[in-house]
Amino acid sequence: MENARFENAGRGELDLSQPTHDALLISFYGIWEMGNDLPSAEEALNKIETASAIRRVSFEAQNLSGWDTGLLTFLIKVIDTCTQKTILIDMTGLPQGVQRLLALASAVPERAGARKETTQEPFLSRIGTATIEFGRSLPELLAFIGEAFMAFLKLFTGKARFQRHDLWLIIQQTGVQALPIVSLICLLVGLILAFVGAVQLRMFGAQIYVADLVGIGMVRVLGAVMTGVIMAGRTGAAFAAELGTMQVNEEIDALRTLGIPPMEFLVLPRMLALMLMMPLLCLYADLMGLLGGLIVGVGMLNLNLMEYINETRSIVDLTNLCIGIFHGGVFGVLVALSGCLRGMQCGRSASAVGQATTSAVVTSIVCIVVATAVITLICDVLKI
Amino acid sequence: MNCLVPHITVKDLTMAYGDFVLQRDMNFVVNRGDIFIIMGGSGCGKTTLLRNLVGLKEPARGQVFYGEVSFWESDQEEQGRIMRQFGILYQSGALWTSMTLSENIALPLREYTDLNEAAIREIASLKLSLVGLKGFEDFYPSEISGGMRKRAGLARAMALDPEILFFDEPSAGLDPISSRLLDDLILEIRESLGATIVVVSHELPSIFAIGNNSIYLDAEAKTIIGSGNPKKMLEESQNPIVRAFLTRGEQKV
Repeated sequence: MENARFENAGRGELDLSQPTHDALLISFYGIWEMGNDLPSAEEALNKIETASAIRRVSFEAQNLSGWDTGLLTFLIKVIDTCTQKTILIDMTGLPQGVQRLLALASAVPERAGARKETTQEPFLSRIGTATIEFGRSLPELLAFIGEAFMAFLKLFTGKARFQRHDLWLIIQQTGVQALPIVSLICLLVGLILAFVGAVQLRMFGAQIYVADLVGIGMVRVLGAVMTGVIMAGRTGAAFAAELGTMQVNEEIDALRTLGIPPMEFLVLPRMLALMLMMPLLCLYADLMGLLGGLIVGVGMLNLNLMEYINETRSIVDLTNLCIGIFHGGVFGVLVALSGCLRGMQCGRSASAVGQATTSAVVTSIVCIVVATAVITLICDVLKI
Repeated sequence: MNCLVPHITVKDLTMAYGDFVLQRDMNFVVNRGDIFIIMGGSGCGKTTLLRNLVGLKEPARGQVFYGEVSFWESDQEEQGRIMRQFGILYQSGALWTSMTLSENIALPLREYTDLNEAAIREIASLKLSLVGLKGFEDFYPSEISGGMRKRAGLARAMALDPEILFFDEPSAGLDPISSRLLDDLILEIRESLGATIVVVSHELPSIFAIGNNSIYLDAEAKTIIGSGNPKKMLEESQNPIVRAFLTRGEQKV
């Protein structure tokens, strides 16, 4: 028997025996280490549960050649069952280290009420919770807009507290550094617009109206919308991530306790920078879009260069340009607001920063589309 | 513990950031079962040394041996195998904030063992109860206090029953009693698991309470200017800088 055990010394094994009718002896053999395919505690636990005569459990570890957490989890299960059934446990047979660790594990009792209860919430209740949360988020949103507005008032009275060089830095990040991507996207959108238009207009021999299509389309709406979407993904997300990380690192708390309102110090320069830069970027985007249309018109439709430019000039008047730039300004406010709002509302974990960023981009894009619809409708009613 | 077996051997290690040399030509041996303290004033490169030891930053020159194997000369697979024997407690716990405490401890177990979910959950509970956090399995790191976070970080460091535990300033930011309890815990882990422990610290009470070997790094001399058992160093060291450090500046340089 002993020899057979020794041959198998590699794996952890156990043996249950009852020296007297009211005692259970658990003997351990081999190496009891995690991932070593250890015997389950079921057998021992069953024995303790079923044999009601057992009043004492002891252990024997003479042939135990190695152990780690694997043995401890086994023992804890046995000990828990025994404590429940008020069975006496004698741990003297265990290695010193095991005894000490078990003592350590039970040294601090579980704090009452600490354990969280996980309950499956019914579907309707989840909808309810979500609705209530949405309802609660509205006043928060209004409060944020109000605070931002107050910060702007302070700016005009010259009392806003932020660092001028912060503003310049953010202007650089949101303005100049966005030029390459805005160029690329708007040039391509202009090209696409001209292409799609050309296919239809060619059928009537009205190629020259491609200039009108691209001109009005880009300048009045599309230039601003494309810039808005780019800035939502580029800058709005950056604002949310930056402010969110500051929230996680308690940097925003540090500002508050110093008496510096984060609204003025962090949000104001960001909003200001984006509001100033968006109309400019928008103007630039319009130009790029027109250039894209021109390339298709002159290169593919064989229109005369001057002819195309003159047609564009005649159709794109100041009103169209102003409407486009107004779009841009509105989108600037919306993107900055949603980026900063989500950043400031961010929770205190890494995944909360991710959620804040996602939510900032989604909010901005939804706002941009809704705002475009509203402005277009108003323009239609006012006949401009 | 009677016969000293070298566990970590550092040979001619030089640490630098670009051209700026932090410490040069460091030589020391950490024996199996040691509680080895790396001490020194702020900015002398203690944490950088730790990063060199655990494989986060390659030293500018020199070698780190784990047993017989030179860590920085091994291929990536071997390095990974060595690193799995480490448990590291970072200065502020470095728990993954988007996971519960139980999930934090379960992650290394899921990655490196083929235990089933129930067993992993049991082990996570056990590790948490070892550090006195029984019942906090489903809490997120942001919901518990700084001291608890540190202890949870220790529970995670112990998840895979490491052979070597590294502590980066374990008592920083803890109250004296929690700090003392953590010291006891470190001693207990060493006794019962037989792990080798490397501690970066400048908390004197804790250094004297747990350390049985140490080195002192000096920012001026840019190398080790004292080594040995901290208590003996306090009695015997002739170096005025080491004396000033160990007596909290009461014996002036």
